[in-house]
Amino acid sequence: MSTIESPAGAVRQPRARGGRIKKWFREGGLSTFLFFVPLLLIFGFFSFYPIVRAAIMSLQHTSIINGAVVARMAGWSNYRLVLTDPNLWIAAKNTAYFAFLAFLFGYPVPLAIAVLMSEVRRRKGLYSVLAYMPVIIPPVVAILLWKTVFFDASSDGLFNKVLGWFGMDPVPWLETAGHAMPSIVMEATWAAAGGAVIIYVAALTSVNPDLYDAAGIDGAGIFRKIWHVTLPQLRAVLILTLILQIIATAQVFLEPYLLTSGGPNNATLTVLLLIYRYAFENSAGGDYGAATALSVMLAIALAIISAVYFRLTRSWSTNS
Amino acid sequence: MNVDTSTVADTPAPTASVTQPTTPPAAAKVTRRQRRKEAEAQQRGILSTTDLRTPRIRRTHRVVNGILLFVLLLWGLVPLLWLAKASISPTQELLRHPLSLWPKGATLDNLHEAWYDLQLSLYFKNTIIMALGSWFAQLFIATTGGYALSVLRPKYAGVVNAAVVSTLFIPAIVLLVPLYLTVLNVPIVHWQLINSYWAIWLPAGAAAFNVVIVKRFFDNLPREIFEAARMDGAGPFRLFWSVVLPMSKPIVGVVSVFAFIAAWKDFLWPLLVINDTDKQPINVRLPAIEPATEHAVFLAALFISTLLPIALFILFQRFFLRGTGLGGALKG
Repeated sequence: MSTIESPAGAVRQPRARGGRIKKWFREGGLSTFLFFVPLLLIFGFFSFYPIVRAAIMSLQHTSIINGAVVARMAGWSNYRLVLTDPNLWIAAKNTAYFAFLAFLFGYPVPLAIAVLMSEVRRRKGLYSVLAYMPVIIPPVVAILLWKTVFFDASSDGLFNKVLGWFGMDPVPWLETAGHAMPSIVMEATWAAAGGAVIIYVAALTSVNPDLYDAAGIDGAGIFRKIWHVTLPQLRAVLILTLILQIIATAQVFLEPYLLTSGGPNNATLTVLLLIYRYAFENSAGGDYGAATALSVMLAIALAIISAVYFRLTRSWSTNS
Repeated sequence: MNVDTSTVADTPAPTASVTQPTTPPAAAKVTRRQRRKEAEAQQRGILSTTDLRTPRIRRTHRVVNGILLFVLLLWGLVPLLWLAKASISPTQELLRHPLSLWPKGATLDNLHEAWYDLQLSLYFKNTIIMALGSWFAQLFIATTGGYALSVLRPKYAGVVNAAVVSTLFIPAIVLLVPLYLTVLNVPIVHWQLINSYWAIWLPAGAAAFNVVIVKRFFDNLPREIFEAARMDGAGPFRLFWSVVLPMSKPIVGVVSVFAFIAAWKDFLWPLLVINDTDKQPINVRLPAIEPATEHAVFLAALFISTLLPIALFILFQRFFLRGTGLGGALKG
């Protein structure tokens, strides 16, 4: 994507140093550079530098003493500490469980909504607005609404009230280890599906209708048209949204943080929540080294997963 | 969906304002029937127009559409309406009849109490300050940087661009702790940004995705106009301010709306860097005030917090629901 161009580079004449600088000024090199300054400064301080620092910090013991950051080299001890922490395996298992449930329920839901929406002939815009609305509600607000109203475990909780109409017993949505994670997935699916719906609806408009007619002539019914035309046509998009969803679910934080604080009994402790605990909820002072080591490991794991995923799906996505 | 790519410019006939992008130039004289046919072809999905003439299919189609609309209303609108209702219900009424359609003894006391007694007015103001600053930082960096990378394009532009793009592949979580330590004490200049909005505004500017989409937009602007402006003696600043920016309203709009909404939604970063409760934004305050606040008043506070994002969404829905917004959706 990046284009490195050197149009004049091949025939550049050797030239006196002063002349080159003068030429640079004359051609507006300075004012050009001025336009780079804000970008370079902001990215330098708040993006490039922290990224490099993350790699270094994961090998250091870092602490804050009287407001000053003090760091000393620690070798691999941060990584050793994290890898031997029994909570890591709980968090990794929970995060994988969350990703699995989100794949099982959260992945097909927007696809189904989008396929149905593509058959709507009038006021399509209204459907899109409704489907996207939960994405617009600030996540904190949405989560607190679900927590205090929908997931209220008493028989007066909104969901339990509705279940009561059908004669069902109240469900302890967030109160037991078994229920908490599926409940979190419910909320997260509702909150995120709108974005995927819009992507699928856009992709569906580019499916050539002749394919449906051809399938119809071959005697395909509606479900076989969906299976043999719609889904294969969406394949590239579906492959992309799946890996993006995996990457996003591996970094779930806000839902477990606000709904359950990782409980009950660490049943919803996720990797990001563990990173947060290392750094900011440590009674013995923030263990910044361990937090950074774990976040670097997570990033590497995600990079490996993405690389393997794209390798596996490459042949599958190109030949159609 | 294809609003921007229409070939309106090629077809002088006034009727062409609804021309589809697929229309060949020869179709300058579009008849009404052709247009309707095209509109239908655009509209059709799995079911064709002929399918829908079959009574059985049409009936099923209607029922399925109705169910879909019902589900989507429950999905997108009912939670908001419920929240609106709750914000004007007395707490007792809310606990006893959570599903009543209209509250008995509707009152504006909750909203009043949330706004004044819970100091939501203050947190609302803080959120606006925070979001406006982040918006400006993102827009400033993205437009100046995009201009430098795309239009001025010196020799080192390729390296800078590659560096910016490569940050897209680093998950944000990797930056959390090092960035926190950076705003505690910014290297070289030794600013302590904790408890100041600069700790939110400045890192917000380092949004690689914005730089990429703005640069891509600038890449597609016609070069001839820049050349003409240069011939007329416009320097780089003049070219940026009087030529490139006025031509870039669509992308500036998209970046603005997404930047503002993203800043409004932000929780973890403001929680970490703004410790002074009088400076915190709504999102950070809401979980903190929840345990000690009367249920209905708290729900009124939640309702107030959603109003601005929803209003922006309704006003600018095409930014969100059109292809341009995809990136923002994907990024989240």
